[in-house]
Amino acid sequence: MMIAETEAKRDEAGTATIEADGVYYRVLNERVRALLEDGYDEIVLNGVNGQRYIGDGLSSAARIVINGVPGNDLGAFMNGPTIEVNDNAQDGVGNTMNSGKIIVKGHAGDVVGYGMRGGKIFISGDVGYRVGIHMKSYKEQVPVIVAGGRAGDFFGEYMAGGILVLIGLGSDGQPVAGSYVGTGMHGGTLYVRGEVDDSQLGEEVRVFDLDDGDRALLGRLLTEFTADTGADTEGVVPEDFIKLQPYSHRPYGNMYVY
Amino acid sequence: MSANMLPSEFVVNVDHERCRRCKRCILNCGFGVFDFQNMTTADSSKCVACHRCVVFCPEEAITVTQNPLAFRENASWSVGLRKQIWKQAGSSGMILTGMGTDLPWLNIFDHLLIDACQVTNPSIDPLREPMELRTYLGRKPDRLEVSEVGDGEFKLASPVADNIKLDIPIMFSGMSYGSVSLNTHRALAIAAERLGTVMNTGEGGLHKELYPYADHIIVQCASGRFGVHPEYLNAGVAVEIKVGQGAKPGIGGHLPGEKIGQEVSGTRMIPVGTDALSPAPHHDIYSIEDLRQLIYALKEATGYKPISVKIACVHNVAAIASGIARAGADIIYLDGFRGGTGASPAVVRDHVGIPIEIAIAVVDRQLRSEGIRNWVSLIAAGGVRSSADVVKAIALGADAVGIGTAALIAMGCRLCQKCYTGNCSWGIATQRPELVGRLDPEWGAERLVNLVNSWSLEVKEVLGALGVNAIESLRGNRERLRTLGLDEMTADILDVKPAGR
Repeated sequence: MMIAETEAKRDEAGTATIEADGVYYRVLNERVRALLEDGYDEIVLNGVNGQRYIGDGLSSAARIVINGVPGNDLGAFMNGPTIEVNDNAQDGVGNTMNSGKIIVKGHAGDVVGYGMRGGKIFISGDVGYRVGIHMKSYKEQVPVIVAGGRAGDFFGEYMAGGILVLIGLGSDGQPVAGSYVGTGMHGGTLYVRGEVDDSQLGEEVRVFDLDDGDRALLGRLLTEFTADTGADTEGVVPEDFIKLQPYSHRPYGNMYVY
Repeated sequence: MSANMLPSEFVVNVDHERCRRCKRCILNCGFGVFDFQNMTTADSSKCVACHRCVVFCPEEAITVTQNPLAFRENASWSVGLRKQIWKQAGSSGMILTGMGTDLPWLNIFDHLLIDACQVTNPSIDPLREPMELRTYLGRKPDRLEVSEVGDGEFKLASPVADNIKLDIPIMFSGMSYGSVSLNTHRALAIAAERLGTVMNTGEGGLHKELYPYADHIIVQCASGRFGVHPEYLNAGVAVEIKVGQGAKPGIGGHLPGEKIGQEVSGTRMIPVGTDALSPAPHHDIYSIEDLRQLIYALKEATGYKPISVKIACVHNVAAIASGIARAGADIIYLDGFRGGTGASPAVVRDHVGIPIEIAIAVVDRQLRSEGIRNWVSLIAAGGVRSSADVVKAIALGADAVGIGTAALIAMGCRLCQKCYTGNCSWGIATQRPELVGRLDPEWGAERLVNLVNSWSLEVKEVLGALGVNAIESLRGNRERLRTLGLDEMTADILDVKPAGR
């Protein structure tokens, strides 16, 4: 394995820059943690190319800008930071994230926001399979994932809380989501722009009409998403979305006999 | 007989001559068996034989007996099977149950005998000589290198991974707060600290009040990720990825909304009253490579603490364990099919998985044959009932054992198998405040400490008889075991000779 020495460049404004090209992930992440402990509130990582676990387990209010493609489990178990990726991301973005924000100005892979409990993940492009699985909310913590493009199968599977939005930009008439949307869902809300055929839906979800609260929420999220990702959402209006929710909070309540 | 055609399993009898009408039984029964109308009455159909009323009746006026109702004998159609069919014909659901399997499967521990020294090598008196039970869990280096620092002094040059120090090779198994009460968790944490061992949170998070016991806690990260956040991950000496559980291999868990009160809700970080559903798999683990990814994600989040991976013992356990070791785990926790649970479909509890005795033997042998046994520590759990089982499990290749059911029995559990109802009269598997209060954590901890200290004495006694002075000398030492009444193939798989050889 290649382990290159890294020396962060620091400027007056509290921003540190690391040239990450060829730096082993463990070294890179140690550097990031050390800079946060030194009080830097913005860290720029240039030349990132597949390093895993960036932002993993960090509790901080810092901002991390990634130029390049970060590896799997970006922001896993993260608690507070904002990560901005000026490229695509891979699998496991925001795995079991507690709070903070991840902005990906490109596509992301599978299992985005698995078990996520708070914070926001904005992906400007497409997302892979199993996105938003078992998201859950707790008190004021309501996790949000917005994906600008299309999603693969099992979107929102087992979802227990939170908000998943799929805008479907560039879908060119293809289905915006895959099969088994919301299978096992027992909490939270899915918003999908366009049609989702009944055959794509899990047994536990139903299509509901948008109310004023939904429209206001979607309006706010679209504005924030567009500002953060720079995605072209012109002409996208809340009225274009359908709302999917579970019809039972206890889908398995009658499955057992004692 | 109730409408579902099921006769009562037990008969509760109150001796009205002895009964002083103090109504303690009414207060004590979590299942609502007793009532008072001029005299104490009992609804036998609700009784689970947990003995709470019997123990607390000051006049010994209550007896609980098996319903003597005769069933036509039939070797094919056991009474248990007939009852299951009656229940299911009346309800359309899976039979739910608690604790470990109660079916009479062959128990291999009971067919293993331990060696002792006679004449040709001396046994050791543990009362006179020190006996070492200390156990270190975690990765051990492939080789140790030392470097000379001058003046004839040397220092260790090889890096050594963090290990967990246990004073005894016995730890408390994962039982989640939610399935068991906070007082149960408190008792386990206090006892773990006094014994110099660890308790395991199970998958329901760790109550804030127990954070001070960090040095004696392993926190669990299961598929539901309940209560998992950076502070929690760093609140113990290690993190355990729970892939499976011996009582219910391959399936997820459903903690019913009734058990999610304010405190459980806060610890699990989910709303009050919602079902806590744990998916069957971790949806970020579909392969050994994915497991490695989560192991290292947790190491990154915890400053490289040891990571344990808990699996249910299934048919290919040896190959799976090899993969787990190669994925970077420091500890593999093997849970045999007799392991307990707060709730499991009976069909899975009673028919899925393999025994811990077989699993520990084949995993130990597989890792040795690959030359990677030192990469991981092995914990054997799921059916460890006594100090004899502890000795046998370690001789078969375990580094330490986990006890769950035995710990609960020490605190009053009667194995009524109704944990999933949340009505536990002993205050163990319940969230009802009036029941939880019955288990005094200090009393529970004292019972646990007594139990484990008793077992430790017995383990030392056996080690002395074996003529060894450290548990380390027994680890994987199958030469000191013999089988009795096991078939040849099973003995061969265990790599243990029959008695007489």
